[in-house]
Amino acid sequence: METITVALAGQPNVGKSSLINAISDAKLKVGNFSGVTVDKTEVVYKICDEVKCIDYEVHIIDLPGAYSLNDYTIEEKVTKDFLLNGEYDIIVNVVDSTHFQRNLLLTTQLLELGKKVIVTLNMNDEAQKEGIEIDDHQLSSILGVPCIKTSAATKEGIEELKKAIVEVYNKPQTTSKVIYSDFIEEEIDNIVNFLKERNYKSPIPYRHLAVKLLKEDKATYAKMHDEPIWIELHDVLKNALSHIYLHTDKKDLDAIFTDERFAFAKGAKMETMSLKSMRAKNLTQKIDKILIDKIWGIPLFLFFMWGLFQLTFSVGALPMDMIDSAFGSLAEYLRGVLGGGELASLVADGMVGGVGAVVMFLPNIVILFLGIALLETTGYMARVAFLLDGFFHKFGLHGKSFIPLVTGFGCSVPAYMAARTLKNPKDKLITLFIIGFMSCGARLPIYVLFAGAFFGQDNAGNILFIIYISGAILGLVMAKALKTFVFKGEDEPFVMEMPKYRMPSLKLIWHTVYSQAKSYLNKAGTFILAASILIWFASNYPKVQAPQNFDVNQVKMYELEHSYLGKIGHASEPFFAPLGFDWKMSVALETGLAAKEVVVSTLGVLYSLGDDVDEENSSLIKQIKANIPFASAIAFIVFVMIYLPCLAASMVFAKEAGGWKYLAYLFVMTTTTAWVLSFIAYNVTKLITGV
Amino acid sequence: MKLDELQKGQKAKIISIDASKTLIDRFHSFGILPQEIVECKAHSLAKQTIEIEVEHTLVALRNEEAHKIEIELID
Repeated sequence: METITVALAGQPNVGKSSLINAISDAKLKVGNFSGVTVDKTEVVYKICDEVKCIDYEVHIIDLPGAYSLNDYTIEEKVTKDFLLNGEYDIIVNVVDSTHFQRNLLLTTQLLELGKKVIVTLNMNDEAQKEGIEIDDHQLSSILGVPCIKTSAATKEGIEELKKAIVEVYNKPQTTSKVIYSDFIEEEIDNIVNFLKERNYKSPIPYRHLAVKLLKEDKATYAKMHDEPIWIELHDVLKNALSHIYLHTDKKDLDAIFTDERFAFAKGAKMETMSLKSMRAKNLTQKIDKILIDKIWGIPLFLFFMWGLFQLTFSVGALPMDMIDSAFGSLAEYLRGVLGGGELASLVADGMVGGVGAVVMFLPNIVILFLGIALLETTGYMARVAFLLDGFFHKFGLHGKSFIPLVTGFGCSVPAYMAARTLKNPKDKLITLFIIGFMSCGARLPIYVLFAGAFFGQDNAGNILFIIYISGAILGLVMAKALKTFVFKGEDEPFVMEMPKYRMPSLKLIWHTVYSQAKSYLNKAGTFILAASILIWFASNYPKVQAPQNFDVNQVKMYELEHSYLGKIGHASEPFFAPLGFDWKMSVALETGLAAKEVVVSTLGVLYSLGDDVDEENSSLIKQIKANIPFASAIAFIVFVMIYLPCLAASMVFAKEAGGWKYLAYLFVMTTTTAWVLSFIAYNVTKLITGV
Repeated sequence: MKLDELQKGQKAKIISIDASKTLIDRFHSFGILPQEIVECKAHSLAKQTIEIEVEHTLVALRNEEAHKIEIELID
């Protein structure tokens, strides 16, 4: 079996992932290239000729979308680095047939790399609907490489692509060519002839070597410099370059070749594409008329977000109850099986109880992630950035900051990574600092618990919306403060594509939601399980002897208060007392530094064991309502909204921001703000309610 | 005339771009360069961002960036 490695490259939104899905139904394997997810897929297939059949194992590397091989975004940088330095056999360039000319710019850059290339004219079905016809044979002869019309939706061209991969793999060298203006072609010919005359042994075709030399490619120069031929070649090159400068009246080779590439792409388009009508493309512009309307755009967006949060709460409630009772019965069953001793308590109360409290919120998180994935895959996210840039810019942020910030509502970890799309370091740092104010999915359980307990099921959705929006507003205020006092200076440019609206691909959305849900559950199975056991231990040991005259409940209370956990809580009580938190709430907050989900499971362990263990009202919501004063609960919500994100997120933050000192700043900033605002919330609520 | 002065529905030809190399590269990758035709499609509230169409691609840019592009109105 032969192994072929294929690098799949293309601009964003050209349907690379769907094409991979069409080629294989294999499971996606997710790898990681410095923070940007790069999918790897393996496909095994047979190609037969007259004589025999050979099995090929094709590894497809799905590179991040790049408009060109620049370093403008992190995606472009990852793609460029891989294409220049990675190990692969063939580049399959996925081209969006409906944005032909712009896509050809990247194609031209890829052809110049001197690697074997196949061009797929993807979304051919859409192009035909829009009346776009591309002559693939003509294009193939212009570019010198196979060009195949494909469509992931109709499976058109998929078999041809598989065959072409094998054919191109078996060719000795690349056949790609980019044709430049006559005066450059002349110089290329001169260099090629010179190399031929000297019979120079080159691993890449003479033409590619000549182009690289003319473009002053550093690596090529370094290599050629050590060759005997260099002495003569030097003069040939010097001559060639001075001719080019003379012709273009420019001395910037980069700019000269950029113009050349554009001219080539435009020329290739002119010769191969015909436009019969201009039908479907107007659909996007029709939708845009409503969605990015000056007046309706922003209210519509806010309405979508409000709807999403309502849905998260109301639809999510149904499976939540089922999961809750399932874990409850499991705990009781295990307690029975294990005989009710120390071990039974560890398993039933510590492990099952703690993990159950986390798994219970999976439905909410899945719905929220589903919504965010929908925003992204339909193309609406770019519109939101367009609508909001004016607004965000006022707060020292960037329209693109919106994307990491919204991701922050899901989980801070990918959000911190998403901030890499911001090129300007100051914009990036400000965005990083305020991502924590966008309440992540893991804080959701805490809000759901408290909103449900203190405001009732009917109002919980509205309260949740208020919590999220006020967190976001606070973040913006902090951003403005940071921009004004800490990070002064130039702004990052805002230039981005508004992709066509698309029906979201179910497979893609499923993949996103599934992987998010899986990582959430992984956290539940590892981090939170460990934390639950630790908390169970700390709340049960050391064993103390309660006074004789105490009843059962008082004994439990007494034991808890004198456990390690109780001691920690008591030690930090003076710090939290002005906020109206008792020692249990203090402990819960502290364990939340490990992971926010743990706050709920800590409260679960603390309250369902530490007080009246009556079957009738043993649910956590009731316990909390009975034990925590209203004003303290409000202050608690405010504190949770603001204080430091979980351990994992903090690590990623330090890495992305570029140092541990930033994490220290973040800790000071969030803790101070959280304390001050909780203090205000506590006292104002007390004043209003009079309790 | 600069691109940020273009009104909704108007078309123009790009004459020159005066920006840093990174920004020029970014413009290039969307096909925004001299001699190309652009059409203004929309403005956001208070005209802080502008949406243009160039070669069937919709691109959003901020007014500061649009101001760096010199254009000439066409009919």
